[in-house]
Amino acid sequence: MLRYVVRRLLLLVPILLGVSILIFFWVHALPGNPASALLGERATPELVQQYKERYGLNRPLPLQYVDYLKVTVVDGDLGTSISSRRTVASEIKRRFPATIELAFAAMIFAVGIGLPLGFFAAKHYGGVFDHLSLVGSLIGISIPIFFLAIILKYFFAVRWHVLPSVGREDVLANNEHPTGFYVLDGIVTRNWAASWDAIQHLILPAIALGSIPLAIIMRITRASTLDVQNEDYVRTARAKGLSPNTVDRRHVLRNALLPVSTIIGLQTGLLLSGAVLTETVFAFPGMGSWLRDAIFNSDYPALQGGILFLAVVFVLVNLVVDISYAIINPRIRYS
Amino acid sequence: MKGDCVRGILRRLALPLAAVMVLVVASTAGGASSSGTLVFAGASDPTYLDPALVSDGESFRVTEQMFEGLVKLRPGTTKIVPSLATSWKLSGGGKVWTFNLRKGVKFHDGTPWNAAAACYNFNRWYNWTGPFQDPSATFYYQATYGGFKKNEVANLSPPLFRSCRTVGTSRIVVTLNRASGVFFPSLVIQSFAMQSPTAMKKYGADQATLSGGAFRATGTYAFQHPTGTGPFKFSSWTIGQKVELVRNPNYWGKKARLDKIIIRPISDNEARFQALKTGEINAFDLAPPQDIGGLSGDSRLKVVKRPAFNVAYVTIHQGPGSPMNDIKVRQAVAYGLNRASVVKNFYYGTGKVANEFQPPSLFGWTNKVQKYPYNPTKAKELLNSSSCKVPCTVDFWYPTAVSRPYMPDPQRNFQAFAASLEASGFKVVAHSAPWRPTYVPKVNEGSAGDLNLIGWTGDYGDPDNFLGTFFRNFNPQFGYHNAAIEGILNRALNQPNFAKRVKLYQQANIMIMKYLPGVPYAHATPALGAEKRVTKLIATPVGGVWFQYAGFGGQ
Repeated sequence: MLRYVVRRLLLLVPILLGVSILIFFWVHALPGNPASALLGERATPELVQQYKERYGLNRPLPLQYVDYLKVTVVDGDLGTSISSRRTVASEIKRRFPATIELAFAAMIFAVGIGLPLGFFAAKHYGGVFDHLSLVGSLIGISIPIFFLAIILKYFFAVRWHVLPSVGREDVLANNEHPTGFYVLDGIVTRNWAASWDAIQHLILPAIALGSIPLAIIMRITRASTLDVQNEDYVRTARAKGLSPNTVDRRHVLRNALLPVSTIIGLQTGLLLSGAVLTETVFAFPGMGSWLRDAIFNSDYPALQGGILFLAVVFVLVNLVVDISYAIINPRIRYS
Repeated sequence: MKGDCVRGILRRLALPLAAVMVLVVASTAGGASSSGTLVFAGASDPTYLDPALVSDGESFRVTEQMFEGLVKLRPGTTKIVPSLATSWKLSGGGKVWTFNLRKGVKFHDGTPWNAAAACYNFNRWYNWTGPFQDPSATFYYQATYGGFKKNEVANLSPPLFRSCRTVGTSRIVVTLNRASGVFFPSLVIQSFAMQSPTAMKKYGADQATLSGGAFRATGTYAFQHPTGTGPFKFSSWTIGQKVELVRNPNYWGKKARLDKIIIRPISDNEARFQALKTGEINAFDLAPPQDIGGLSGDSRLKVVKRPAFNVAYVTIHQGPGSPMNDIKVRQAVAYGLNRASVVKNFYYGTGKVANEFQPPSLFGWTNKVQKYPYNPTKAKELLNSSSCKVPCTVDFWYPTAVSRPYMPDPQRNFQAFAASLEASGFKVVAHSAPWRPTYVPKVNEGSAGDLNLIGWTGDYGDPDNFLGTFFRNFNPQFGYHNAAIEGILNRALNQPNFAKRVKLYQQANIMIMKYLPGVPYAHATPALGAEKRVTKLIATPVGGVWFQYAGFGGQ
């Protein structure tokens, strides 16, 4: 297992190199240029030209990429954000916990509801509930995240005033944030009101963000359960006289969870990109809203650093998922 | 059997679900506001809280509550009035400015405001080196004062500033290298606000680095220790969440009514408006004109208007082979643009037709300029007697994905203008590009067709900030040289006598509208949204917000 993990970690190097090339050239293919962005809309063409010359922004892109790689890898410096003029690393450090917290909340919502619903639908295959769940999941997959976010916000925040519409916490509160994960911070500092406040700010964005993974997890769980419950070993278990609950728990659910765990891993990665729209609608100060602003501002360092960082996270999440197979199913061995 | 199972699950879930809903409803009722604390939303975080190092409105909105300059604009106007200087005198052929300073004022850190502190600030700007000479760091200093004591960057012009001398503790004498009409009015810009020398030294205000061409302050002053003399003082800044300012109890002037202001970033227009509706904020800036109906239609909310200090215009780009080199074609364009209709239909009651390139509230404006009311017949006649006969083909650019204070709906403006130009003998070829990052650079470098839509919001109350910016030197955006216009604007810039400056700018406006380098079409009144109970929140023409007199309810 250890060798497998080390090998996968070493694979990170070529993957990240490839990702960095893609990101660098993609970002530079975007319209606009960092000189204009940096100097603002009042900059004269002469000033923009001077700036490009001074900082080598008019040199061939491959040379600029080599410079970028040197600074990023050798110095470990992701650069300075053009729009905020703070280091990209400090922006990531500040914003990543927000996105992780949101993605985690969305995944709890998706798994917490999608898994039991999918299992329940499979157990009642062909029934009314099964059909309803299929229709529901189709709707869940079809509704764009931002649209659902706007609808949820309109009803729960603007019309009924039951949940907040923006931010991560009550703006009047002065809570301590030792970890940057606000729910956890409330627990660590024993400020339960702060935790509850952070949870309330997470509810609507998490539902919006988690709607698609919920639908997918529900469908995969249902299909996987249907497959597994017709397997020979399940029939054998039943024939042995085990109670239906024990059969479901020990044999059906555990085996059905294998493909579901893959989907959960992939969806967790995708949540990070889905967060762009959700965070914008709810003014949630995470990586998503930051990257969205970076695109609008031609903030190359922020885009490059932010996306590279998310790529690393995505790869690591998938590694964790692969490792989790072995825990869920002891028959799987890595060498 | 199945029914029993479902009922069982529902029974088990019912109680926790009900409890969660009760808790949610109970704990979120009510809004953010409390007596004495006003929550205000802008579009983004400030960049820094050292006003000398920023040039964006989001930063200035915060810093102007804490910092004051030698002079300021009377709230809600462009009239210059005393602030940390009580009086001033110009001598030495327009090169020597003597300022008498307000006595008994203290910075927020308790150190005294005096002549030494004033000269420290002037010298700080003048002596900047290294990263501070980067235009992204000191844009307004360079735009106003030119270069530094030792210019390290090519193409920086010689410095306007020569020296600052203290006379006793409450008088300074600032000597310039040349007479300048802009030096004094630009002192109202936050970039030239006075800061505590003690705090700046203590917290590394002059520590910075350049990384990949981007200026970055590395001391803690610009983040955690901004220290001025204003009605509010710094409390905390949680980046991405909020800036908290508290009332300065030792303020020399009328003390603020509010105990605290919280300024939070909400980048999405719709999200700001909705947060006002939910009570999570009490007021917000940059209300899109299309939301003004929604604000005034809600009995709990109101619109706070910002006096117009901008101009939207159609650039007429001249250049080799361009039909626009012919004055008759430019006149035909001016007569062919139905400006009154655009302002009436697409400014939602917040616009006025512009007849020159500066707002009427600014000195130098004159009613004697040539006017060009919509007249398609005259436009066709002009075209037929010009070098570009009917139908005269023009490339017309407009921006997408943007709403500017002076141009709320560019696409509709363009459509209406294109229709009126077509009716006036032109054949319009439409082009568009996203405002950011493509459109503005194209306009600035003069590659956005024969005609394009653009505009400007003033930074300070001087016509040079409008006319000088556009026409004082060769500007690739317009693509022509006009020695007479450039000459008069340069004379006006360097004329220290106010009455003579007014006349020069009036003359310049007449010349410009005769020459027609473009067609100004609207002055817009931007708006803020606020709860009705928020009173005396004053929006300044140059983009700021005065919280000093604001509060909840009467007084």
